[in-house]
Formats: sequence, structure tokens, C-alpha cells
Amino acid sequence: MVQPLDYLPETPSQTAGPYVHIGTTPNFLGNGGIYPEDLGLKPFPDDAPGDRITISGKVYDGTGTPLRDVLLESWQADASGTYGPGTQGWARLPADGDTGVWTLETVKPGAVGGMAPHIALWIVARGINIGLQTRLYFDGDDLSTDPVLARIEHKIRIPTLVAKSDGPGSWTFDIHLQGPDETIFFDM
Amino acid sequence: MTLIPRSRAGHPPAYAPGYKTSVPRSPKQALISMSATPTEDTGPTFGHAMLGELDNNLILNFTGTPAIGERIVVYGRVLDECGRPVPNALIEVWQANAGGRYRHKKDGYLAPLDPNFGGCGRAITGEDGSYEFLTVKPGAYPWPNGPNDWRPAHIHFSIFGHSFGQRLISQMYFEGDPLIARCPIVNTIPDKSAIDRLVAPLDMNRSKPLDFLAYKFDIVLRGTRQTLFENKMEGM
Repeated sequence: MVQPLDYLPETPSQTAGPYVHIGTTPNFLGNGGIYPEDLGLKPFPDDAPGDRITISGKVYDGTGTPLRDVLLESWQADASGTYGPGTQGWARLPADGDTGVWTLETVKPGAVGGMAPHIALWIVARGINIGLQTRLYFDGDDLSTDPVLARIEHKIRIPTLVAKSDGPGSWTFDIHLQGPDETIFFDM
Repeated sequence: MTLIPRSRAGHPPAYAPGYKTSVPRSPKQALISMSATPTEDTGPTFGHAMLGELDNNLILNFTGTPAIGERIVVYGRVLDECGRPVPNALIEVWQANAGGRYRHKKDGYLAPLDPNFGGCGRAITGEDGSYEFLTVKPGAYPWPNGPNDWRPAHIHFSIFGHSFGQRLISQMYFEGDPLIARCPIVNTIPDKSAIDRLVAPLDMNRSKPLDFLAYKFDIVLRGTRQTLFENKMEGM
């Protein structure tokens, strides 16, 4: 016998289900009157320094159908590469119930910890049993020395983590849960 | 502080065909595992000041007129894997009403909406990691999966600890519900003892005579590694 290791096991995940917006963005859903406003409406105050950017995209299932009941959360450093304080850098991105489009209006993050500028995304929905972690990098940035990307064996998949510019300050980032363009998901 | 790598043994796999929607929504490639970086080790922090007085009272927080149903308190603590309380954790809950109906335009179940039940609430844990909600016990309801599948009564929980890598969503079930063992979503979890950790026991000592019953639901988030050798002080 040995001494016990007194760790507690993490609470098991369960799917967020089809009605995640009731609990997380009730005003967006139309269930007003409970909270003055939803949390995570925007990651930074309007006067935060940095380049203002808009990122939008959809999350696609294995049949190519966009998820209309998905919720994303984003977490990023500010333009100087600093996390926080408070809720700064965090946002909630509920998909449109008809089109599945999500949109993030933010400032372009600075590099942090030797990593290229990136935004962490966490994805939950009906049919997703445990939240999916992924990252968004920016096309045109130097990604060659990013230590996270360097660890990815199948370099052919790295473009799934790179947002494409479609105009000044405007970016597109689609997420594919399956298929030939399956997005890289992390366990970190 | 660095997050301890996540053990996936107690979690459901992405692909669990008994829960049909997971089939087209589960990644097929392996997850890329690596140590948490500052991006995962940090996260938003929430203050008690953002809460309204009735945010954790689902019986009254929609219209001020009491919702219909069995009155219950759900209480517990948020801890990390090292057993440390997690203060200032944001907990958000959502649930069906007492008849098993959600306030959502895509829920068309026969059971009626309760005009006084919105179905969501939130709380921030105290210094000891504790939280408490007053609500009505949600009803069971049928859902399209197998030919006759029913969800056991459950409350959805979304929890923020102190880092984005701790982010967790789960569901709480109620002791003694015969639908738990029959539920394809519950059974996405392969480990029976892990399922048990999602079932809240009735706690008569926390119930209030002539008012409400109580159920206890403790939550454990990923822990952080804190050793002298990792968090060197200046000059060491």
C-alpha cells in the first residue's frame, strides 16, 4: 500500500444541448428581462487601443450543414499582448439561429508568450459532448516560430487555424467539425 | 500556475453514436495535446457587483411572480482537482420548467410555458467556493433521438474558473431518477462512477420545512500545478 493521492476528478462534461443560449445569452435569444444585458457582448471597450477588426464565420458539421445552435467563446490578449484585466479579451459569439453566422468585433491581439497573435476559441453545442478548443491565427502574420503550431505534425492542416482577410479589418474563419477541411482541435 | 493536463477518462468521447447528433458533430482527427500556454492559463474574471439581487432565484427572476413547480434549492461548492475551493467562479444555469418545457422558440413540446419562469440564473462563488440557487425542479421531457427517448430531470451548468482552459459545461441530475440510466446523453459517459458524480443527492438537512427541498451538487474544475521549482521567485 502507498499513501493516497488526494486529487478530485474533474466533473464530467455533458453537451450544452440545443438551448445553451437560454442560459448564456438570454437577451440575444429574446428572453429579456432577467439580466440587463448578456455577458461577453464585446471583448474590449470601444476606445481600446489597437486595430479594430471583425471576424465572422460558421461552424459546419460533417454533412456541410452550418450549426445554428452553436455558441463560441473567444479569449485573447489585447493589442499589447496582455491578458485581462477583468473580462477584457473575452467574448461570447452566439450563432444566428437562422444562418449559423457568428461575428466577433474586437481588436487584433498582440503577440504573447513567444506565440504569434491568436485568439482562443471554445465551441459548445448540441451533439458536442465536451467543449472543443481551437485557435484562430491571422493570414499574413509570421507563423513560422509559433511554438504551438510548431508542434503540429500534419502541417497540411495548419491553414484550418488561419483566418483569411476579405477586406480591410475584415476576416473570415470557418470551422469544420469533420471532413477534409476538419479544423485542428486542441487538448491543452 | 499551469493547468494540470486534462484527464479525459471521466469525460464522454466526442463520438458517442447512442447520442445521434454527436455522429456528424464529432471531430474525427485526434486532438492535438500539449501543455497549456498563457492563453489557457488565464481567463476572464467576474465580480459579485455584476449580479442582480434575484439572479440566483429562478422562481422570481423572470416576472417577480412565483414560478409553478416543486421548490428546491441547489447548492454546492466549486473546487479544483487539488481540492482547493474556487472563489469568484461564475456559474450559469438553465433548465426546463416544471412541465419539461424550455423557453425557446425551437422547443415545441406539449407541456405549456410557465409565464413566470424564464429558466436561467447565475451566481458567483464565495471565498469557500460555495454557491446556491432557488428554483423549481425541472420536468422530464421526450426528445427526438431513439424512438422513445426521454431526458431525466436536469439542470445545465456552465462554469468559469480562473482560466480559459478550465471552461466546463455539464448537467446535474437528481438522485433516484429512473430515467438517468436510460438516457443516451448521460450514457455518452462510459464510466459509471463518473456518471454518479453528476447526480445530486437530496439533502434534508439543507431543506427548509414547509418551503423547499435541497440538492447538493459539488463541481470540480481542472487543477493547477504549483511547485516551488516551477514558480521560482526572483533570484532563485
